[in-house]
Amino acid sequence: MNLSARKMNRRSLPGFGLTMGISMLYLSLIVVIPLSALFFRTFDLTFPEFWKIILSPRVVASFRVTFGASLGAAAVNAACGPLVAWSLVRYEFPGKRILDALVDLPFALPTAIAGITLTTLYAGTGWFGSALLPLGIRVAFTPLGILVALVFTGLPFVVRTVQPVLETLDVEAEEAAASLGAGRWHIVTRIIFPSIRPALLTGFTLAFARALGEYGSVVFISGNMPMKTEITTLLIMTRLEQYDYSGATAIAVTMLIVSFALLLSINLLQARAGRGQ
Amino acid sequence: MIANAGNPLTGDPVVFMPEISPGAIGGRGVKLTEPWIVRAGVIGFSAAFMLVFVCVPLTLVFVKAFEKGASAYVAAITEPDALAAVRLTLLTAGIVVPCNTLFGLAASWAIAKFSFRGKSVLTTVIDLPFTVSPVIAGMVFVLLFGIQGWLGTWLDARNVHILFAPAGIILATMFVTFPFVARELIPVMQKQGTDEEQAAVVLGAGLWRTFADVTFPNIKWALLYGVILCNARAMGEFGAVSVVSGHIRGATNTIPLHAEILYNEYRMNAAFAVASLLAFLAVITLVIKKFAEVKVKDELAVRGNHTAGGR
Amino acid sequence: MSIEVVRLSRRFDRTPAVDGVSFRIATGELVALLGPSGSGKSTLLRMIAGLEPPDAGDIRLAGKNVTGESPRERNVGFVFQHYALFSHQTVAENIAFGLNVRKVPKDEIRRRVTELLNLVQLKGLENRYPSQISGGQRQRVAVARALAPRPGVLLLDEPFGALDAKVREDLRRWILELHELTRVTTLFVTHDQHEALEIAHRILVMNRGRIEQEGTPREIFDDPATPFVAGFIGENNLIRADVTEPHVARWGPLRFAVNGHPTGRALRVYFRPNDVSVSASEGAGLVRASIVKTRFRGPSLELLLRLGEDRHIVSHVPRDVALPEGGANESVVYVGIRAFHAYEES
Repeated sequence: MNLSARKMNRRSLPGFGLTMGISMLYLSLIVVIPLSALFFRTFDLTFPEFWKIILSPRVVASFRVTFGASLGAAAVNAACGPLVAWSLVRYEFPGKRILDALVDLPFALPTAIAGITLTTLYAGTGWFGSALLPLGIRVAFTPLGILVALVFTGLPFVVRTVQPVLETLDVEAEEAAASLGAGRWHIVTRIIFPSIRPALLTGFTLAFARALGEYGSVVFISGNMPMKTEITTLLIMTRLEQYDYSGATAIAVTMLIVSFALLLSINLLQARAGRGQ
Repeated sequence: MIANAGNPLTGDPVVFMPEISPGAIGGRGVKLTEPWIVRAGVIGFSAAFMLVFVCVPLTLVFVKAFEKGASAYVAAITEPDALAAVRLTLLTAGIVVPCNTLFGLAASWAIAKFSFRGKSVLTTVIDLPFTVSPVIAGMVFVLLFGIQGWLGTWLDARNVHILFAPAGIILATMFVTFPFVARELIPVMQKQGTDEEQAAVVLGAGLWRTFADVTFPNIKWALLYGVILCNARAMGEFGAVSVVSGHIRGATNTIPLHAEILYNEYRMNAAFAVASLLAFLAVITLVIKKFAEVKVKDELAVRGNHTAGGR
Repeated sequence: MSIEVVRLSRRFDRTPAVDGVSFRIATGELVALLGPSGSGKSTLLRMIAGLEPPDAGDIRLAGKNVTGESPRERNVGFVFQHYALFSHQTVAENIAFGLNVRKVPKDEIRRRVTELLNLVQLKGLENRYPSQISGGQRQRVAVARALAPRPGVLLLDEPFGALDAKVREDLRRWILELHELTRVTTLFVTHDQHEALEIAHRILVMNRGRIEQEGTPREIFDDPATPFVAGFIGENNLIRADVTEPHVARWGPLRFAVNGHPTGRALRVYFRPNDVSVSASEGAGLVRASIVKTRFRGPSLELLLRLGEDRHIVSHVPRDVALPEGGANESVVYVGIRAFHAYEES
């Protein structure tokens, strides 16, 4: 055995040490250390203190508003997103390429810009707002406004997760079903939909998780009335401005726990989908 | 496509033709499809949905920005505070994007070309900013550098200001946008595999030559899109920057923050004028994305051309 | 450059991919590493190239121990199954890559590239990109690229596995001609026994990380050393015969003369279909059989024969052999086994 030569790089390609080193250093500085500040800060609170903050009426109201609107928006996207993806994948029509590119706009546009734009659009004097006012529908400065803004931000998440699955769908399965006499509706519901269901679930969860933590797009249109249309992220912001670090930390940690739970479920979903292939 | 089931008695081929509607176009030859009225309905609905939620808002930005004419527009964006905001935004992006690109390249090389224990931990950590609200992201820096934070008093004593100064804005932006380049590169590099790099290594190439001559040409479009996206997000970051900036006019406001101030002061025209700069950037980002996407698809198609047999 | 491998081992998780393999290849030989998938042959090749580190054992090239060295220091040429050509470089640039790395002067590079393009018969394709040429052409570029820096050893990892059958055959012969021109020590990995039998000077048959047999194609074919080799190479009838009396193993009406196996043992006996002779008339040592089915195979016929009640064997005979009733089903013939190999059941 040639032990002296064994110290050589045990990998077939060079650069492992260097790239891992850079990655670890960067991650530690930019991510791990800052996040651990939060982590340790949490321990400054005792359990009773923590619960008192979390269960105070204003905080609970903000959880309700945020959670409800996020869930609703994600549901809207989950219902409409697949239709948009379907049109983009299966059909041809003028302007399709432009529409396809625009799906990513909520991703590329700064949240604040989206926020002020949507508010201007849906306020009583705005293009849409003024059209809806006679019908008795108020959007801006109501929970409905929050939902609309969150539909905007979550749109790409569902469409872009479902689209690639639709693109690589096995057409032969549909043809086989058709040759066996299945009608189109039957094929869509029994063969196509189950194939996209995991991606749809993933997209829904992503949109939901993203909506929970959204700030810029929502803070303008919501009106920020405590107990009514105040979102949790704004509450964290207010606490920080008042130097109530403990309060902010408690609320933030709660949100993080929910986000992590969602991220975990996404990973599990994807792992299961991978195995089911 | 024809299903060729042979007749068991005579051996003649039996032909099944799937239901084809006239007007089924595009893609991979004959497609199964829905009756035309369903198609029209779905397309119509999708177009309406997109129109309402995306197209109209985008148009609104530009309409409002130019409502009072070109000279008002120019005045709004050349105002001293606006220019300061633009400068700060450019400075931030100018530092954040190269750093994140370097990280992205290093991380994706490590992840795509090697197997090692803890790889999934690494990828999860990379995905973290996506799950953390930007406000929380800003908050952790406050906890770290604020007066009551860990390093707050230590830094203050040395007159180093992180919070309410460009440095804090840069750090917070770096946190929020660091996954973008890596997330674009990793899937592409994984799909491309390691064969070409191994060939280069056997031919005697070291790390830099292998990367520059072999890997980089293969990933340049994905890299371009990742950088462009990182840039758009870095310039447009609002939540995290809001927390750490202190909103000091003319000093610690980025373009989105400045737009917010104008909006809160009911200077709508000016607010949208400033906003339109970033809206314009977003549109350019989308155009480049489409372009890069096509190129990346071509790359992978070329590579999949293994079984071109014959001479 | 000679290749010597001494007790080389590598494991993935718990499974040994290569298990204490030793062999020697002399300068200028053309050797095949033959085995089914999972036998460890590719791993072995990659360890020789320096692309994977062994867990134990040594590798010597031209007598020098290179076990710890990087691929660059070993001066080997490697050809991948899926070509691994640099997709953004032209054919000429691909071939020149190894020379550029070694900082060879430009005009020297140009000369060498032209020389190699002629060698692999791809003159005129210098400025094409890999996506613009066929699979067979790509593989020839890959070989030229590997040969450009004048390596001492050329290693090929299933080089024709990704190509159509006809192209495979042509390139097979081409590798042989190339080897005669360049005289570079060549080791290639394949799972295709026809390839190995056709062109290699020597074959190393591998199974489950070990070398089962080393020898010339004729030796491997005619004298398989282990049951695995017997079963893997060529086509076979496989039966279990019992040693009922000293030196004789029986299977139904067939008797095999064997040596060195105690009475009562069960033996695995392999014999090839074209070693089963079939004739219309009785003869010494021939056994009576009936034809169950006849199948046309071009230059030969395949006969499914029934011996006794329900024992079946397969025979390949030239199509002009005289058969009773033209080989109709249930006609009676007399068969003999010309050659066979027997191994004890382990």
